[in-house]
Amino acid sequence: MERTKPSLDVAKIKKDFPIMERKIHGKPLCYLDSAATSQKPRQVIDAVSEFYSNYNANVHRAIYELGEDATRGYEGAREKIAHFINARSSSEIVFTRGTTESINIVAYGWGMKGKLGKGDEIVSTVMEHHSNHIPWFFVQDYKGVKLSWIDIDDEGYLKMEDLDRLVTERTKMVAVTQCSNVLGTINPIKDIAKKAHEVNALCLVDAAQSVPHFPVDMQNLDCDLLAFSGHKMLGPTGIGVLYGKEKVLEEMEPMLGGGEMIREVHLGRATWNDVPWKFEGGTPDPAGAVGLGAAIDYLSSLGMQNVRQHEIELNAYGLEMLGKIKGIRILGPMDPKKRGGLIAFTIPEAHPHDIAAILDAEGIAIRSGHNCAQPLMERCGIPATARASFYVYNSPEDIDRLVKGLKKVQEVFA
Amino acid sequence: MAYEMYQEQILDHYKHPRNRGEMPDADLQARDYNPLCGDDLTIYLKTDEKGTITDVRFTGQGCAISQSSASMLTMMLKGKNISEAKGIDPDRIVKMLGIPLSAVRLKCALLSLQVLKKALFSKELSQAEAMKE
Repeated sequence: MERTKPSLDVAKIKKDFPIMERKIHGKPLCYLDSAATSQKPRQVIDAVSEFYSNYNANVHRAIYELGEDATRGYEGAREKIAHFINARSSSEIVFTRGTTESINIVAYGWGMKGKLGKGDEIVSTVMEHHSNHIPWFFVQDYKGVKLSWIDIDDEGYLKMEDLDRLVTERTKMVAVTQCSNVLGTINPIKDIAKKAHEVNALCLVDAAQSVPHFPVDMQNLDCDLLAFSGHKMLGPTGIGVLYGKEKVLEEMEPMLGGGEMIREVHLGRATWNDVPWKFEGGTPDPAGAVGLGAAIDYLSSLGMQNVRQHEIELNAYGLEMLGKIKGIRILGPMDPKKRGGLIAFTIPEAHPHDIAAILDAEGIAIRSGHNCAQPLMERCGIPATARASFYVYNSPEDIDRLVKGLKKVQEVFA
Repeated sequence: MAYEMYQEQILDHYKHPRNRGEMPDADLQARDYNPLCGDDLTIYLKTDEKGTITDVRFTGQGCAISQSSASMLTMMLKGKNISEAKGIDPDRIVKMLGIPLSAVRLKCALLSLQVLKKALFSKELSQAEAMKE
């Protein structure tokens, strides 16, 4: 591979992440599990700490300076997110606990409380994370709608002929991931949303593995709803986003009833607040939102194109080096440009849990198991995989350590 | 901890499992699954009229800890009475394996015992089910 100037200065970036100083079993941490959750830079940790130290108050209703500061922080973060994904306005940004909650809000407010009935259909894919399967199972069981799933080909790409076959006049929703957390496959969301719109269906996108890793532009993709998590993009846990076109959000019923989400309440009846606050019943997580805002500032300062380019470089090196391991099976597209920054694999000698346990002894953290994608595991005919995933603080040296660790695994289980 | 976990005995049972295979005419059998790892295990028992376990088999797939635990447990069972087998407790399995286990891996280690108990009580369980209906 031609060596050009690296897209990111990883050595410099690593210094921003206090956890990178930790030793694991006496060895420097080699963190390859960012698809599960990312580590946090000092800038994010400081922003959260600063919120609690300097302007903690409940948002929206307080008539005092602290409360106004807190509200400004919270709503300011919403603006940052809207700008980051090029939404039309910040009223399209609903704060949630994360991707799972975001999709459940749609399944409830659009699905279970909506106009759906027998004869209606929801189309999804076999490569979804459980969080984009189970909420639709709820709708199926509650409303009697029919679910169908777009299959994958041998390389791990969606079979687009299935999309054409399954999306019909009966289809009301196409719910699909932008980037598979196992195969890494990046799906053509713009085409899928267009297809959904041809039959007046909505398109919901699970962006848990995409928004943290490459530029995502809502006005270009034109999907109707999109969900992602703060903790996978350098932000705190417990904060996430549901993006929705204003008209779509307006037509949805709220899932959480309580404070903030109301306009007027009388005994036995109430009207709802405007979007997005209609969906934010109860005291929200302003510290989390401020932390996510700081994460977005951090990512923006690196440049999302550079983040993407960096992960393509790691993909290319990872696919090449892992590909040399005897008997290894790598899942998903072999083109580094066609996948997100993660590589799931199996080796014949050892179960993924045993691989992960040996790698842990070497200070290397990877994921092992069914990756919350059991239907996909079934489709691929494997019970579990090992998965290494990359982010801004990873370098080719991490991949070298992984490969060396895997050789140890093969020695132990030879 | 990892290297202490993969001792020779564990690896030997993992690579060369004892009593592995199906038993179509089993008197008692049960299957269970550890959703965390995808460990999957079925245990088959043959018993005589006195309630003595005369033969044991297991099938399944999973990590080295779950599979070696199953293999070692089946060796322990042959010749034991059902009531005796019902008395095997988790401590016994941990001692049998003789390796340090984290909370997560303990689940892998104890899957074999869980399946065994399910098999041993399968008659009572199905009778209770029948009575409910």
